[in-house]
Amino acid sequence: MNAITVTDLTRRFGAFTAVDRVTFDVRQGEIFGFLGANGAGKSTTIRMLCGLLAPTSGTATVGGVDVSRDPEGVKRRIGYMSQRFSLYEQLTVDQNIRFFGGLYGLAGDRFERRRRFVIEMAGLEGRERTRTVDLAGGWRQRLALGCAILHEPPIVFLDEPTGGVDPLSRRRFWALIDALSADGVTVLVTTHYLDEAEHCHRLAIINAGRLAAIGSTDELKRIFADRPIVEIHAANPVEAMRRLDAMPEVEKTSVFGTAVHAVLKGNVEDGASRVSARLAEAGVDVSAIGPVQPSLEDVFLEVVEQAR
Amino acid sequence: MRKALAVGQKEFRQIARDRRTLMILLFVPIFFLLLYGYALNWDIRHVRLAVEDRDRTTESRALVSAFVNSGYFDLVAQVTDGQITGLMDRNEVRAVLVIPYGLSRNVQTGRSSLVEVLLNGDNANTATTVAGYAQTILQSESARFQVTFRRAGGPRAPILTVQPRVWYNPELRSTLFLVPGLIAYIAMITAVVSTALSIVREKERGTMEQVRMAPLDAFSFIVGKTIPYFAISLVSAIGIILAAMALFGLPVRGSWPLLLLALSLFLVGALGLGLLVSSLADTQQVAFQVALLASFLPTLMLSGFIFPISSMPAFLRAVTVVVPAKYFLIALRGIVLKGAGIATFWEELVALTVFAAITLVLASVRLKRQWT
Repeated sequence: MNAITVTDLTRRFGAFTAVDRVTFDVRQGEIFGFLGANGAGKSTTIRMLCGLLAPTSGTATVGGVDVSRDPEGVKRRIGYMSQRFSLYEQLTVDQNIRFFGGLYGLAGDRFERRRRFVIEMAGLEGRERTRTVDLAGGWRQRLALGCAILHEPPIVFLDEPTGGVDPLSRRRFWALIDALSADGVTVLVTTHYLDEAEHCHRLAIINAGRLAAIGSTDELKRIFADRPIVEIHAANPVEAMRRLDAMPEVEKTSVFGTAVHAVLKGNVEDGASRVSARLAEAGVDVSAIGPVQPSLEDVFLEVVEQAR
Repeated sequence: MRKALAVGQKEFRQIARDRRTLMILLFVPIFFLLLYGYALNWDIRHVRLAVEDRDRTTESRALVSAFVNSGYFDLVAQVTDGQITGLMDRNEVRAVLVIPYGLSRNVQTGRSSLVEVLLNGDNANTATTVAGYAQTILQSESARFQVTFRRAGGPRAPILTVQPRVWYNPELRSTLFLVPGLIAYIAMITAVVSTALSIVREKERGTMEQVRMAPLDAFSFIVGKTIPYFAISLVSAIGIILAAMALFGLPVRGSWPLLLLALSLFLVGALGLGLLVSSLADTQQVAFQVALLASFLPTLMLSGFIFPISSMPAFLRAVTVVVPAKYFLIALRGIVLKGAGIATFWEELVALTVFAAITLVLASVRLKRQWT
């Protein structure tokens, strides 16, 4: 069953097309990642799916509700958390929870149960009376998530939810997302941290308003099919790249930290050793060289380049 | 409605937490009142007075003590004719009262006497005001002499034949005229600025977007936002009125319920204007400037607070039609100073209602459009 179905969704601002005929669907309980550079159209898509922004054309149903026809109905079925962790900073943890509880019409036992759940989930026991401005990033992030799912929505939208948070808190946050998904909650998350994207069951890569690729990480990596990737650690990576780019076996190169990734042409036999030999010939000081599996970053760069 | 209450409750808590806003809303108005009330004071006190008493009788001394007891004059010297010029030149005295020889006899025989008041005219405004004080004192003394001696065709006024009658403010106390204007001015600024800032702050911090993601309609949001600021600005405005009563002797001659009604209508209009500003501005800085411009200038210049509307050119008079403080001031002065009933200013109340309705509707429409 699909929690979200998007068909030819388009949004134009004047002459600028922010989202261009995007089509995809998200299954119930899935963690669906939305990957793209800043300004690629991720946030615009999310705002349309949340009923905040009317589509120019195309349709989207969220939780079985058409976003153009009944945006208020959509709002009741979703939780939304933005990169800004939009809490009221001068209010305490408890007062924030109370306010959002009031907005979603929670009261009595149900509110009390959810309030305790959020406090526990965010690890904020004993800090109920702390002003949120005094909380560290990780706590604020988890509290913002808690306020977004206070009303137990079946679908949750997270717009770059881990910005400005330390790695340990990010890890803890993703554990919460995994738990939500295990409970059957559908999660649509945008990010530009590629390591986080590995948590997603499926990913959509969006570029310049268009859907450039979609699938699980393994499916996406098949874009390289039989083109091997060789990772080279060289004393002078810039020199190594210059040499590699000149070789007939090499399709393209890119920098990965201190290493260089070279994508080889598929029809080249035993490419890695031939490239290694040529580098040695040219007198490039190579400390390590060998074939590697494509990473999501390789995929992302490849998809974006192909889309151009 | 429950959701509007949730918004209102949150807003109250936020204001209570935010010392700065609370100070602005509750204490700055009273501070303003003190500052303006004392600085914008056209009354003149402690006028240094010299007396040349040529009569030296009970009656002439009564006249002198009437001046001293009025509170406006300080007697600094008893002088003779030759000393006056010097004292005036050196600005040691600002006024000289010259009582003619024969005052006592004239009073008893019912003839009129000419009492001279010499004034230092270097500040025309001050001189006019002091002349007014002197006139009033002399008139009342003249009347008192008449009563005391009950002589038919008794003494006319010792000096004056004109008899200006000043209503509502017999001593021409300018504070009584200014304080209602101050109340309008302060209430307007605090209500407009605080409401505008509170919404734009939510836009800036991103909480507005979060709230819009919730199943909450724009109307509930606006109602929830307005209630706390209405309550607080009402309390603040009443505080100003009470302070004005205690500090400046402002009388409330009319009915309190009418006063509260006019005040409420005026404040709702101001809140509506604040909401409208918040729908136009995206940053607190812009909101603050626009809010000040929309509330401060018109209320100060075009409401009849300081400059009488009747003496403005036709073009400006036309502009004052959309200044709510104008209507509020008419109603407020009517209630507070004249003790007038609703019959005399119901049109102003209608105008205030119309203003409130228009701003609220415009603001709702604009915010609603931004809402989705």
